[in-house]
Order: sequence, then structure tokens, then C-alpha cells
Amino acid sequence: MVTSTATMGRSGLYDWFVQRVSAVILLAYFLVCVGWMLVNNGFGYTAWTALFSQTWMRVFSLLALISLAGHAWVGLWVVFTDYLTERMLGPAGKVLRVLAETISAIIMVIYFIWGIKILWGL
Amino acid sequence: MRLPITAWASIAHRASGVFLFAGIGVLLWALDVSLSSQSGFDSLTVSLSHPLFKAVLWVVVSALIYHSLAGIKHLINDTGVGETMAGGILGVRIVLAVSIVLILLAGAWIW
Repeated sequence: MVTSTATMGRSGLYDWFVQRVSAVILLAYFLVCVGWMLVNNGFGYTAWTALFSQTWMRVFSLLALISLAGHAWVGLWVVFTDYLTERMLGPAGKVLRVLAETISAIIMVIYFIWGIKILWGL
Repeated sequence: MRLPITAWASIAHRASGVFLFAGIGVLLWALDVSLSSQSGFDSLTVSLSHPLFKAVLWVVVSALIYHSLAGIKHLINDTGVGETMAGGILGVRIVLAVSIVLILLAGAWIW
């Protein structure tokens, strides 16, 4: 089996699965948030913080955050390994690809820690 | 470049995904400010009344809408539905049509 150090689970099948499960979770989260905003149109600070102080919403938000990390990692890996390559860009391709993967991984970690701080820093 | 509509839809799915990676930063920032305090929430409300902020939010939400619908199409394709060339083109047309409607509705909601 061909493996790669930069894939999510070192195998394409696992990545395929992560991409879909995380997508469904993120879609559900997106719909719940938009649905809540539509139902509570013109909501204020009190209702907004009440929503995010509930355990189910914090767990759901954390789940969405974890899904985002996996989803973005697999998605960006697919894009980077298709366009930032030696074939497309010459010898610089490899350097640019590893650089892009590293920078996006750092941003993802920052998003993740920031998200936890927002959720539990209330 | 002469490419079939399905190729452009695929490229747009990827481009919107990469764009959303940055867009998530805007959404996290808004969530952070809105939950931080009453004054933070109020300042965000004031910011969101500015046309530039509305435009940024609309672009991010539009990318989210298109990316989601293209993703749903992908999941449907995974079940073996719409895998032919004709089915693929029809799928993209449906995704584009629904996207346009939802993006316009989102725009109306934001403004």
C-alpha cells in the first residue's frame, strides 16, 4: 500500500471517510446555527450566550471544531498535492507544498485552540 | 480554458474550500467578539451595519452555501447516483441553481 506522511490517516480510504463524516457534522452544525438565528431573529446578547453556555451546544461546537480540523486538513492536502507539485512548479514545488501544508497546519491549530477558548472561556 | 461545466464546478468547490479556510477565521473572530461581553456583542452589531462588513459576511456565507451544496452532491454521487456525464452535468446545474437562490436569500437576510 502506498502511504504518505501528510495524509490524515496515512491512507486514501481513511481520508475519504474522514472527509465525509466531518462534512456531515459541519453541515449539521451550519444548519443548526442558521436555523437558530432564523427562529430567534433579532436575537440579543443574552439569548446568544445562553445558547453557547448549554452543554449540548458546547459539545456540538467542539465536534464541529474537530471536524473542521480534519476536513480542512484533508481538503487542503488534496489541493496542495494537486497544484503545488514538482511537475507544475519544478523543484520549488516540493518546498512550496511542504511550506503550505505546515502553515495551514499551524493556522488550524490556532483555530482549534481559539475555538476552545471561545467556548470554554465564557 | 475549454472545460466541461463539471470541471468548473469541481474547481469552484476546491477554491471555495480554500477560501473558507480563511473565512472561518472571520467567523471565529465574530463568534469571539459576540460572546465576549455585551459591549462586544453591541460593537459587532454596529460593525455589521457597515456595508463593507455585510459584503465580507455575504461572500463568506456564499462560499459556505456553494461548498455545502457541492458537497451534498458529492455524497449523493457516492451512492452511485448521477455518475454518468449527463447526470454529472444535471447535478452541477441543480447545485448552481439552488446556490444562486440561497445566496440571494442570504444576501436579502444580511441586508
